[in-house]
Amino acid sequence: MTATGKAKIRKLVTFVEETRSEMGRAIEPPTRRAAAVAVIENPCAGKFVEDLSELMNIGEELGGLLTERAVAALGISGTSVESYGKAAAVGENGEIEHAAAILHPKLGAPVRKALGKGAALIPSSKKRGGLGVALDIPLGHKDAAFVRSHFDGMEVRINDAPRANEIMVAVAVTDSGRPLARVGGLKKEEIKGEDGLR
Amino acid sequence: MPEVRVRKSVTVVEEIFHEGGPAPAVPLRRAAALAVIQNPFADSYVADITGFMDGLKPLGLEMANALVRALGGDPRVVEGYGKGAIVGAAGEIEHGALWHVPGGYAMREILGGAKAIVASSKKVGGPGARLDIPITHINASYVRSHFDSMEVGVADGPRADEMLLALVMTTGARVHARVGGLKASEIKGEDGLR
Repeated sequence: MTATGKAKIRKLVTFVEETRSEMGRAIEPPTRRAAAVAVIENPCAGKFVEDLSELMNIGEELGGLLTERAVAALGISGTSVESYGKAAAVGENGEIEHAAAILHPKLGAPVRKALGKGAALIPSSKKRGGLGVALDIPLGHKDAAFVRSHFDGMEVRINDAPRANEIMVAVAVTDSGRPLARVGGLKKEEIKGEDGLR
Repeated sequence: MPEVRVRKSVTVVEEIFHEGGPAPAVPLRRAAALAVIQNPFADSYVADITGFMDGLKPLGLEMANALVRALGGDPRVVEGYGKGAIVGAAGEIEHGALWHVPGGYAMREILGGAKAIVASSKKVGGPGARLDIPITHINASYVRSHFDSMEVGVADGPRADEMLLALVMTTGARVHARVGGLKASEIKGEDGLR
């Protein structure tokens, strides 16, 4: 296998959610979040492949592409993004390790480049599933993982993906925390931003 | 007339490069605008509900404009459309029918007087319910290449006293359309059918 890792994309889908009220209370300004999802061919489907570097390179390519798409869908600058997350769903002929190869070694650097910063770990989830599987993308503040108002999740699904030999890869970004956040903890105004935690 | 209260709006854009066959020069794009609103008639039978159709007109226009923006801003790229509604558990299917006029006419207006009837589907369902929105060509319902559909839904809506309203627009035929029938190039454009 070559390790060039150029993603073969069947489909790109972007989702934007804007919450304007909750329990009858207006959310001013509305909280907004966006996810960009790529449906790609899994080059390692149907067989055991020891070296997953091709998938790692695909992760690097998609980290930049999906972050650009998600940020553009919100219509803000990358530096205005407050929280982020990533996730992947592998079709039935792939391994959960394929999702790990895409998400963990190389995807994060281009995400942070597109956002200007990003000291915090990018929270992630992964699963194997069939067409229409729901993917819950965890969200956390991009510069300080302990900011409690920004712990959140965004569900995305695509009815015709992932097919057996495909992988769904998602990056989500927000311009805000949860609507009506009120369970205390570290506030975004208190971020030191040195260690990615606080 | 009850006020229109939007809890949440969602925009979904799909860009389809291929489905296993030769990739077209221009990918197909499909976009959906969804709004989760309060159902003012939930929990009781209200005989006269038609006034709410006028109330929904501004929302219809807002959503139709959002779709055109999501597809790049030029309404001339839009070739297909559809609409739908999911009514939460404390409402009736008839409440979903309120969306036909404001949803359909908003898209026709934004698209410069599209001629074909706007295909639609509706159902009663809970949070996370999925709805398949039928799609047809905006000027001639019989154009076979443009018969399509888009599945939509929102994880946390509609709650029992809410409705989810949906509009969908597409930029062209199915990605590998090849089952014959009336072609878009053959549209007469007189009756909205052919």
